[in-house]
Amino acid sequence: MTEMIDDQQHLSEFPATRTSPFHPPHAYLKLQAERRLHRVRLPSGLPAVFVTGHDEVRRLLDDERLSADETAPGYPFLYAGAFESPLKGTFMRADGEAHYRIRRMLSKDFTLRRARELRPEVESVVGQCLDDMASAGSADIVRDLAFPVPSRTICGLLGVPYEDREVFETNTRAMIDTTSTQEQMLGAMGAIMAYLTELVAKREQTPSDDLISRLVVEELQAGNLTRDELVTISLILLVGGHETTATMIGLGTFALMEHRDQLDLLLADPEGWPIAVEEILRHQTIVQNPIQRAAVADIPVGDDVIRAGEGVVFVLEAANRDPEAFPEPDRFDVRRSARNHVAFSFGAHQCLGHAIARMELDVVFRMLFERFPTLRLSVPVSDVPLRPNTVGLFGVDSLPVTW
Amino acid sequence: MVVDQDRCCGSGMCASVAPDIFDQSPRDGVVQLLVSQVDAGSLPRVEEALRLCPVAAIELARPVSVPPR
Ligand code: SF4
Repeated sequence: MTEMIDDQQHLSEFPATRTSPFHPPHAYLKLQAERRLHRVRLPSGLPAVFVTGHDEVRRLLDDERLSADETAPGYPFLYAGAFESPLKGTFMRADGEAHYRIRRMLSKDFTLRRARELRPEVESVVGQCLDDMASAGSADIVRDLAFPVPSRTICGLLGVPYEDREVFETNTRAMIDTTSTQEQMLGAMGAIMAYLTELVAKREQTPSDDLISRLVVEELQAGNLTRDELVTISLILLVGGHETTATMIGLGTFALMEHRDQLDLLLADPEGWPIAVEEILRHQTIVQNPIQRAAVADIPVGDDVIRAGEGVVFVLEAANRDPEAFPEPDRFDVRRSARNHVAFSFGAHQCLGHAIARMELDVVFRMLFERFPTLRLSVPVSDVPLRPNTVGLFGVDSLPVTW
Repeated sequence: MVVDQDRCCGSGMCASVAPDIFDQSPRDGVVQLLVSQVDAGSLPRVEEALRLCPVAAIELARPVSVPPR
């Protein structure tokens, strides 16, 4: 196939660097304004179709002609030297039945009903964190709130003792840092896997009332799941369940403090929080690494065609700023209806934990600003440490505040 | 209205906008319809559910008011 790399000058750096903590890289929005699809070369050296439009992201991520299987020809690995991901062979890298077989085993623990049931527990954890902040007199939101809340929640759900969080919190960071070498990546993953293998063995001996125990009893012992699969699934849920939400809490709090007029609207009308959470997810999309797929058949898109064997990458943070879907997309407007954003991706692989994440964000922001309505940064904005573009999730590494 | 339970990925987006119309099975999170007909008053919420469903598993057949030519 002849390769058409048409827009490399706009994408000399990838992932591109942000110039503001509150806006995605300008380079992506420029590509989006120009045309719906572009063809670029990734740092891995592989070509890929670059999708930034909201409508295209939604339609294509729900198109069965695109495969999430990283062994499919043309799969767009992003980085040099990383032509195999730790997720290879898991349900996250599977299509159709192979994906749904596992997803169906898990979804009942991630329904809206479950999220509602978990809410009081999350409220009590947030309450404790806020009490601790109040008695300390100052706080780092990332350390004192953003990490403890989702970590405790996913630990409770899975049945992982919270005292053991060191194992997954430190190693997760190595797993999402794209500058990690393959050895560092696999080493970090191996450490969490070893821990979880032991935990699964314990639950096989004495099951208790948690998700891992349920999977042991209902699926492993019934022969529907191998022990390796169960350990990998637990790893995905543990890693996916805390880092993403923690990052969103940190960046979301930062954005709310720096858009005081918007925060004041919510303080005056707390009923507005659920809608505001959607706008925070849209405007402050944390996913910096695009979603990857490979075309297994030709797919016409407008007057272009994605050919079988082409890799496709979806830039969620750009799609969430598409003016065709969200008027004045750069305006942070907590009262707009932004629910159709793609911060949790789209299609069959849409984030399994979105209902719990949404609930956690609602509880955290609501309780934090109710308790400390005058919350503000205790350092200049320019001193807030931003994560580099090499980390898969954009966010802040600490957020010192006072009130 | 019909839902395709094989396509449904259990996201619960439909039940979040119209809990009186959609539910999720406690067994596997898959969509369950609480009604089969949609009245005019709930139509906007059903349309919102349709728009938010990540896998297009909800289908709304409109009553035909104009006979086909
Ligand atoms: S929105 Fe779609 S995928 Fe989600 S539960 Fe409803 S029908 Fe299933």
